[in-house]
Amino acid sequence: MTTKLFGEPIPRREDPRLVAGAGRYLDDIDEPGQLAAAFVRSPHAHASIVDIDVTGALEVDGLVAVYTYEDLAGPLAQPLPLLIPHPSLRAARTPYPLAKDRVRHVGEAVAMVVATDRYLAEDAAQRIRVTYQPLPPVVGLDAASKAGHLVHEDVPDNVSAHLVQEVGDAAAAIAAAPHRLHLELHIERSASMPMEGRGVHARWDETDRSLRVYSSTQTSTSLRFALAAKLDLPVDRVEVVTPDVGGGFGVKIVHPWPEEVLVPWAAIRLRRPVKWAEDRREHFISSAHERGQQHSVDVGFDDDGRLLGLSVKFLHDNGAYTPYGIIVPQVTSTQLPGPYRLGAYRVEFHSLYTNTVQVTPYRGAGRPHGVFVMERTMDAIAAALGLDRTVVRERNFIQPEQMPYDQGLIFQDGRPLVYDSGDYPAALRLAKKLVGWDEFTAVREQARAQGRRVGIGIACYVEGTGVGPYEGAYVRVETTGKVVVATGLTTQGQGHETVFAQIAADQLGVPVENVNVVTGDTRRFAFAVGTFASRAAVMSGNAVAAAAGKVRAKALRIAGEALEVDPADLSIVDGVVSVKGTPQAAIPLASVAVLANPLRYAFDEQAKQATQFAVGGGIHRPPVAEDDEPGLAATGYYSPVRSTFANGVHAAVVETDPETAEIRILRYCVVHDCGRLINPRIVQGQVHGGVAQGVGGALYERIVYDEHGQLLNASYMDFLIPYASEVPAIEIDHLQTPSPLNPLGIKGAGEAGVIPGAAVLAAAIEDAEGIPVHRMPICPSELWELRNADHR
Amino acid sequence: MKPPPFVYHRPASVVAALATLAEAGEDGKVLAGGQSLVPLLNMRLTQPGHLVDINRIRELSYVDAGSDAVRVGALTRHAELARHPGVPALLREATGCVAHPAIRNRGTTVGSIVHADPAAELPAVLALLRGSVTLASAAARPGRARPDQEIVRRSVAAADFFLGPLTSAVRPDELAVEAVFPRPAPRSGTAWLELSRRKGDFALCGTGVLVTLDEDRRVTGATGAYTGVGPVPVLVELTEAVAGRPVDAVDWDRAGTLAAGAVAPEDDIHATAAYRRQLVRVLSARAGAAAARMAVADG
Repeated sequence: MTTKLFGEPIPRREDPRLVAGAGRYLDDIDEPGQLAAAFVRSPHAHASIVDIDVTGALEVDGLVAVYTYEDLAGPLAQPLPLLIPHPSLRAARTPYPLAKDRVRHVGEAVAMVVATDRYLAEDAAQRIRVTYQPLPPVVGLDAASKAGHLVHEDVPDNVSAHLVQEVGDAAAAIAAAPHRLHLELHIERSASMPMEGRGVHARWDETDRSLRVYSSTQTSTSLRFALAAKLDLPVDRVEVVTPDVGGGFGVKIVHPWPEEVLVPWAAIRLRRPVKWAEDRREHFISSAHERGQQHSVDVGFDDDGRLLGLSVKFLHDNGAYTPYGIIVPQVTSTQLPGPYRLGAYRVEFHSLYTNTVQVTPYRGAGRPHGVFVMERTMDAIAAALGLDRTVVRERNFIQPEQMPYDQGLIFQDGRPLVYDSGDYPAALRLAKKLVGWDEFTAVREQARAQGRRVGIGIACYVEGTGVGPYEGAYVRVETTGKVVVATGLTTQGQGHETVFAQIAADQLGVPVENVNVVTGDTRRFAFAVGTFASRAAVMSGNAVAAAAGKVRAKALRIAGEALEVDPADLSIVDGVVSVKGTPQAAIPLASVAVLANPLRYAFDEQAKQATQFAVGGGIHRPPVAEDDEPGLAATGYYSPVRSTFANGVHAAVVETDPETAEIRILRYCVVHDCGRLINPRIVQGQVHGGVAQGVGGALYERIVYDEHGQLLNASYMDFLIPYASEVPAIEIDHLQTPSPLNPLGIKGAGEAGVIPGAAVLAAAIEDAEGIPVHRMPICPSELWELRNADHR
Repeated sequence: MKPPPFVYHRPASVVAALATLAEAGEDGKVLAGGQSLVPLLNMRLTQPGHLVDINRIRELSYVDAGSDAVRVGALTRHAELARHPGVPALLREATGCVAHPAIRNRGTTVGSIVHADPAAELPAVLALLRGSVTLASAAARPGRARPDQEIVRRSVAAADFFLGPLTSAVRPDELAVEAVFPRPAPRSGTAWLELSRRKGDFALCGTGVLVTLDEDRRVTGATGAYTGVGPVPVLVELTEAVAGRPVDAVDWDRAGTLAAGAVAPEDDIHATAAYRRQLVRVLSARAGAAAARMAVADG
């Protein structure tokens, strides 16, 4: 293939549209006669529903319908799907679309109101009187594991899942080790918090018996299947279209949401378009959260700091329901080992129910917790032995020549956790150089002499990316020479319109401007999995390459016939197929596209070239060969045997105020290896955004529930997402270790930036303060209290 | 997040606004910049039946920087106040700490004072400068008098104005038409410092200090004003910790210690009470020293 676009930092083609406010998001969709939905949500963390009195709502002019659980029937009256079953998930529970008899977290939907606009829908919702019998709520991991009260009365220990994985005999290895440490580590709850909340718009065509649903989702194809099942419709009568999506970060991979089935259902019943756009408070209390784990670590190591055995037991707060199975704790448990040879490793987790919003993956999806645990352990080993923190890491790294390296664990895709490639020592060397690790002792001492506290931290991670099962793509060259690329996975701002166009343009030898990319529209491509787990570039990128490669081969064959030359002697440059060395023997790709579709009717001037009396020769064979299809088009799929593993190292320098305990990030350095880069500018942007979320998770963001299960900070005033003013300048260096698993040699980059944030900032703060940091996030007040506790 | 129904009024004069407010009584609410009120409406945390939008009453938009005091009209935006050349440093510094540019462009100084958020800057500044708020209401029997005789005005000192969190002395039938910020005495200095979780957030603690010197550059008075550590802006008299000393010899940490002992903050999700007390201590010392430097320059 030519490589003139692959690897080029071309500007994002979607930006002029999105930055100029010309994007079309869910709430921008309006139709005549459209209705609006609003929801009555539980104010209690745990309660029985005694009565729902809707009479007050009936007085609201513009009210169209009120629905409660009693109105649901068939599959819709069943709990929502358990999306990812797992044998260890011994007590999976998912919610009903509208609460049946009982609510299990503040924000659970109890009734749906449909009115002529959202104002009136909220007016009516406010007038619905629900009588609750409050039940004791279970809040926090301590309460959940004590199981004094139950979230689900038929789950006697509040445990949804219990899983143990062990490689070697960790207990024996630790017992026999010359040195041992025990650590208790905590990561608090946070959430994805995309700027655009969830939203769904549905339109039922009664004559056509078809449903079109727009949803702000990370998976339109799977949502389509789920809706067909829940609403008892043939799949081919349901289409799901993803408009521009203002961020997902994991929360929008969950589907179908209660609102996602109820809005289409109401549209069908009412025979009118219905829209629901989630508001911010709803997002806080009724979508999903993440993080939230307590780890208990035992580690054994030798005099050089080499790991001999590691045993981790942790508790995972999965909230009230488990629609996404055990993915988050499973990823934590398997990605925790990072770039290290652990000797023996045992990991055990309990996933626990609480009367809080359900927990499903948020960018990083369990990895930030695992990396925090592993890297805090590495730092603790270094401190115990008086060794440089990077030396301990170097001594434990898996070496490049040991690749592929089998960690002996089963990953989230049900397949062995085998690292495909990576050069961890090189990444660490680069990071040390970038941040000035070896010079920092002098910097720290000099600052101390001025009464300042500065510290440095470093954290390494490995990220499994590009999980299967598959993605596909459709590539077609139009008779105008323009290229259409359609892939089924969705886009939430990643830059797919740019990178997939780069890949297709390279394969087809056309200018990137001539390539148009469509994603997340089941009308255009029906088979897909979704956008999550840093998989889109790997999966759809390789699928686009495969489809475009087929189109290229077909173009060369047809052009070869037209030019009467061997296709192997042809090349495609700037949309023209020509004979190598004889550029005047050429045919535009547009003409090849015309020839690829034998026609009877000359519907335009160009079409004449492909009609029956224009195409010469071959009257004794069918116009379309038996193994061929009309059109210069092809579909390609990519399905990897297993995930590909990216890696990286972050290093940070912080300063803490001796009096106010303010924490300021002076430098933030990233060395990142995601294999071959399709577009370095976009990868850099992914890292920037990820680091911003990593900084948020380390220093600002936390979901705070009180003991009654009330969310205390359900607004952007009190849930502190960092502004640009809080995010440091980010210095980036790249390594490119190609993946041997896919033709393009790429690995995922979407989550990398966020993963080591809590680990690296905890390390830097610890270094500045000389006090162990075992809980993240940390804010100035907590650091100040930590100092006081340390002095006592 | 859509407000419940309300009747929207957009009077063109103060007299008309007051008449509407008098009629609406407890069910009325004044809309100026809307930076606090509109979110409260959208979250249905307040549900007034009548909204009286004063944005058309242009006569309420002014900054009168007199020699004794700066008078700020009810429609003056934070940003307008901050860039007015005649505004004293404390007012300008504190206003610059109010939220973000978009909010400062729309939100009003008087509106912030009337909203009486104990975490807000301007109530504390008003308290520190011993300012006042002018409240207007419709006369009980307007008769056929001239318009200005149809209006009853009263001035409420800052000390009497802030009654509790989000509660001020403004009656439902009243419109706060002006805030009056007296200028500090000669040989005075001021400073405003605050610490917020993110730039532009309500501060965990905001601290304004006013220091006055005598002709020999000895400290004669020092006062601290604090946000975020009580139900209303908290004033602490710091004079006893620092008075009588030559300004160069003052140990401002003593003022910090005094202030820390005088406030009674509470825990919340962003900080413990003890930490807020620590901020009062540290910010008092830092702001005191800065204010003293300014006072020296002033005298």
